[in-house]
Amino acid sequence: MIPQQFEYSAPKSLAEALALIADGGKPLSGGMSLIPMMKLRLAAPDRVVDLARIAELSYIREQAGSIHIGATTTHHEVESSAVIRAKCPLLAETASFIGDVQVRNLGTIGGSVAHADPSADYPAALQALEAKIVIKGAASERTVSADDFFVDTFTTALEPGEIVTEVIVPVEAASTGTSYQKLLQPASGFAIVGVAARIQKSGGKITLARVGVTGLSNRAFRAAATEQALTSGTAVQAAADVVAQAIDANSDLYASAEFRAHLAAVYAARAIDAAIRRTS
Amino acid sequence: MATPSITKLEPFIGKRIRRKEDPRLITGTATYVDDLQLPGMHFAVVVRSPHGAARIKSVDIAAAAAMKGVAMVLTGRDVADLACVPCGASLPGLRVPEHRLLAQDRVYYVGHPVAVVVATDRYIAKDAAEAVEVDYEVLQAVADPEKALAPGAPAVHPQWPDNTAFTFHQEGGDIEKAFAEADVVVKQRITSQRLIPSPLETRGCVAQWHAAEKSLTLHTSTQVPHLVRSLLAQMLGLDENRVRVVAPEVGGGFGCKLNLYAEEALTSHVAMKLGKPIKWIESRRENFLTTIHGRGHVDYYEVAAKKDGTILGIKVKIIQDLGSYHQLLGPAIPTLSVLMIPGLYRAKSMCADVVGVFTNCVPTDAYRGAGRPEATHGIERMVDILAAELKMDPAELRLKNFVRNEEFPFPTATGLIYDTGDYAAPLRKAMETVNYTELRKQQADARKHGKLMGIGMSTYGEICAFGPSPATPAGGWESATVKIEPSGKVTVMTGVSPHGQGEETTFSQITADHLGVPFEDVLVQHGDTAIVQYGIGTFGSRATAVGGPALYYAIQELIIKIKKFGAMLLESDDVSYANGQCTCAKTGKSVSIKEIAGAAYRAMKLPANTEPGLVATYFWEPTNFTFPFGAHIMVAEVDPGTGAIDIKRYVAIDDCGNLINPLVVDGQVHGGVAQGLGQALWEQAVYDDNAQLVSGEFMDYTMPRAHMMPWIESGHTITPTPVNPLGVKGVGEAGTIGASPAAVSAVVDALSPLGVRHIDMPMTPEKIWRLILSKTTGSNA
Ligand SMILES: Cc1cc2nc3c(=O)[nH]c(=O)nc-3n(C[C@H](O)[C@H](O)[C@H](O)COP(=O)(O)OP(=O)(O)OC[C@H]3O[C@@H](n4cnc5c(N)ncnc54)[C@H](O)[C@@H]3O)c2cc1C
Repeated sequence: MIPQQFEYSAPKSLAEALALIADGGKPLSGGMSLIPMMKLRLAAPDRVVDLARIAELSYIREQAGSIHIGATTTHHEVESSAVIRAKCPLLAETASFIGDVQVRNLGTIGGSVAHADPSADYPAALQALEAKIVIKGAASERTVSADDFFVDTFTTALEPGEIVTEVIVPVEAASTGTSYQKLLQPASGFAIVGVAARIQKSGGKITLARVGVTGLSNRAFRAAATEQALTSGTAVQAAADVVAQAIDANSDLYASAEFRAHLAAVYAARAIDAAIRRTS
Repeated sequence: MATPSITKLEPFIGKRIRRKEDPRLITGTATYVDDLQLPGMHFAVVVRSPHGAARIKSVDIAAAAAMKGVAMVLTGRDVADLACVPCGASLPGLRVPEHRLLAQDRVYYVGHPVAVVVATDRYIAKDAAEAVEVDYEVLQAVADPEKALAPGAPAVHPQWPDNTAFTFHQEGGDIEKAFAEADVVVKQRITSQRLIPSPLETRGCVAQWHAAEKSLTLHTSTQVPHLVRSLLAQMLGLDENRVRVVAPEVGGGFGCKLNLYAEEALTSHVAMKLGKPIKWIESRRENFLTTIHGRGHVDYYEVAAKKDGTILGIKVKIIQDLGSYHQLLGPAIPTLSVLMIPGLYRAKSMCADVVGVFTNCVPTDAYRGAGRPEATHGIERMVDILAAELKMDPAELRLKNFVRNEEFPFPTATGLIYDTGDYAAPLRKAMETVNYTELRKQQADARKHGKLMGIGMSTYGEICAFGPSPATPAGGWESATVKIEPSGKVTVMTGVSPHGQGEETTFSQITADHLGVPFEDVLVQHGDTAIVQYGIGTFGSRATAVGGPALYYAIQELIIKIKKFGAMLLESDDVSYANGQCTCAKTGKSVSIKEIAGAAYRAMKLPANTEPGLVATYFWEPTNFTFPFGAHIMVAEVDPGTGAIDIKRYVAIDDCGNLINPLVVDGQVHGGVAQGLGQALWEQAVYDDNAQLVSGEFMDYTMPRAHMMPWIESGHTITPTPVNPLGVKGVGEAGTIGASPAAVSAVVDALSPLGVRHIDMPMTPEKIWRLILSKTTGSNA
């Protein structure tokens, strides 16, 4: 549990950090994923660039119908932010499910999305929220959708030299009901499956359904078939039952592919039901 | 000399006193092995096999040895002349593999030590260890004990192609007759999976060689410092009195530190060779891979009974996964299971066959309960299965078969003599606590509403207070020295080696009451062979039940001497001693222990035939084990949609005899229950077909955590043992032993309407879900 030797720098400005990262430095944010990997020597960066001291990366800002969240904002800050709780409750609820208090006090939203663990919680919510991820390099800046950002297991749209600087989520309409439901892998606390649902109703009908799923497969995704079923009036359980359709489910010590797919349907139904109850 | 009025000191025994140990633990100021810093200290890192089975073709240490800061690299060849890691278990025909400090030409499990690298700091040592190049020819491995026994399985040790380390047979009563007379026979395969003990503090040691004195000091995280000293001295060819072993603060053991490990000898050897203090600290990953595992049973049970529920006989075949080597007690553990097979029941006939199997895994050895949880789990499951077969209430069946109160001391079919008991009492108390009759009604109701609610129970016995010396490999006695200092303060040196059990507190309570001194005046020392006379250590729920009586008798001896000095000072030959005062019956005058101590050390004048000083040492040999017992009841509900188990209630009633400190006892029971539920619900060491440990870190191995625990309603019945003067029986393992069968019983009971009679541990959601699916749809999902 001893990492290989590495150089460490803790720049104060984003420009400085991006220059170091362009030069091959590995970004370090909350360290909740990177440090354990380094200790197990599964990761052995020569140079580590700590983003924690860059003030311009830590913020939660409401702006023109969106909430902008700086990359180094901790899970705890998201969970407890008055703005996010009031205007994007799904994200706050999801943050509250991540790991334990210590992890939430250090782990960050930028680190979580960049790490792209297929069992991480945020990605389900970010998919359901149709969030945007702001990416910067020393000489570049672009914004991609969550769906384009999460490419594969531990793989994102980030190019070498780029970092996540911001996550943008919409301000939720007050009538929208949302819920995140998660089955914890009992050892790690990560999601065996996690389902984030957003529902809007009008005249007794579901007019908008967004369902993000994590833990089930190689990447978090939007369950299109379930969403369509819901908006075309299918009953909740039947809609949830197609959540794993055409998905190649993961398999591990805690859940085989078959059991995971089954659980995804159970948790999708729970999330959708809870979201419907919260609509107004 | 004053004549104070003698006030009766309030008794400390029986009080919920907070532990003396806790302030240093809570404030983080305790000194563990890794806290030690010695001038010139170097660090050792062990290079380990990544394969379950392989031939070592070559080891290239050149790159590692050339690294700046590296002081020494040793491989198997360098330690080929040193003695092997000892196996303390002796069984007829036991095959004992040569367990060298470093692998010679083959490796037998993932984690097997291949080389050791020593450097000026632990970072360099770790980097250099990575630079050691080992060329392996990977061989076929076998990790499953039943597969290892199959013909044609890869041989773990080429010289023993059947992978059989030993077989062991024990019989009692007339088993043929029992089965011939039976109205019903129930059979079940029951497993008790491999578990990873996982103390908070991993293993670690610091060895320091004093060349001029030819003496070695080893600080090591152990439960048995004196045994480590004796064994290490033998291994390294040192004089025993020139080896000092210190167990500083030890962060838990659960049996896994009841051993001498290769790394302790290796670290010592390197310290002697290099002339530098050497520190080795096990990483958590190494702890998973290389510290002994527990359990590892596959058992085949058969129980014969009469229609009315009378159990006649029990047959069992035990397959014990031993791993690749024997650690100190490994092969002896399943023989403890055999002793425990009759449980609390009167059945007079039994028959057990054990086969110890080599696998390409880390050795198994004593783990909280050591052999007894396996047996208790098996027998309690079988009693439930018999109850289901006979359509009897499981509590009723138990009550019918318990050894009766008037039958004690009760000789068992396995040759033990149960000391004392009132086996129905804890079960009745547990049933009252949950209001059993009402609860069964609620269950019937719940079932009508389609709910899977279960009420489970276990009634367990234990063999504790190891033990009479003939039954314990290194001696089963314990020792205590009680020293009253010239100032009157009292120092106790005990041979047990507490590492979380709280004997600094409980032994202070015993001393305070029996010697009649203030609780705060007592200091309990342990764990240092240079301070403590000699001792066996802490394991097998023995510390208070064997170390406590040793302390008690040392105090009695001391009181004789105290009274002699008291008589001299009071110029009377009719004195009594109580509450720290010697009192003359005639004059009513008294002297305090402080005055007596002063006189005994100043020694201006001595009583006849009496030497100065106030010290007594007592080595106490018990005449029998103690046999605590108890009953657990668990109520659970199963979610058929997810297979999740929700524990609604958990009641643990234990009878460990007299309670020295109920707070400490509750702590032991709670921790034990957590460990038992851990096995029942979550924990499992999983090796794949290549003998790679899949559950090799805490991200994959589910340790129970506080938030996963039910509220534990613990209570006691008190049946003091006649085996020792304190009437204490031991409680360290009880919770673990009682919990796993109660938990499985509850879940099986919940699923019993579907026709389920047994579930193997751990009862993971997927296992439960599939079981429900297969019973409700007939599919083998
Ligand atoms: C015990 C434990 C339990 C956990 N349980 C959960 C859980 O239940 N659910 C869950 O979702 N997560 C869980 N996590 C993971 C946790 O949420 C991490 O915080 C998160 O995955 C990574 O965030 P971080 O800020 O710690 O990133 P770091 O560990 O610092 O970095 C992770 C990776 O992202 C890269 N990186 C970091 N920041 C950026 C950036 N701004 N741009 C580009 N790359 C970047 C790093 O180089 C590294 O490769 C758990 C972690 C632990 C230790």
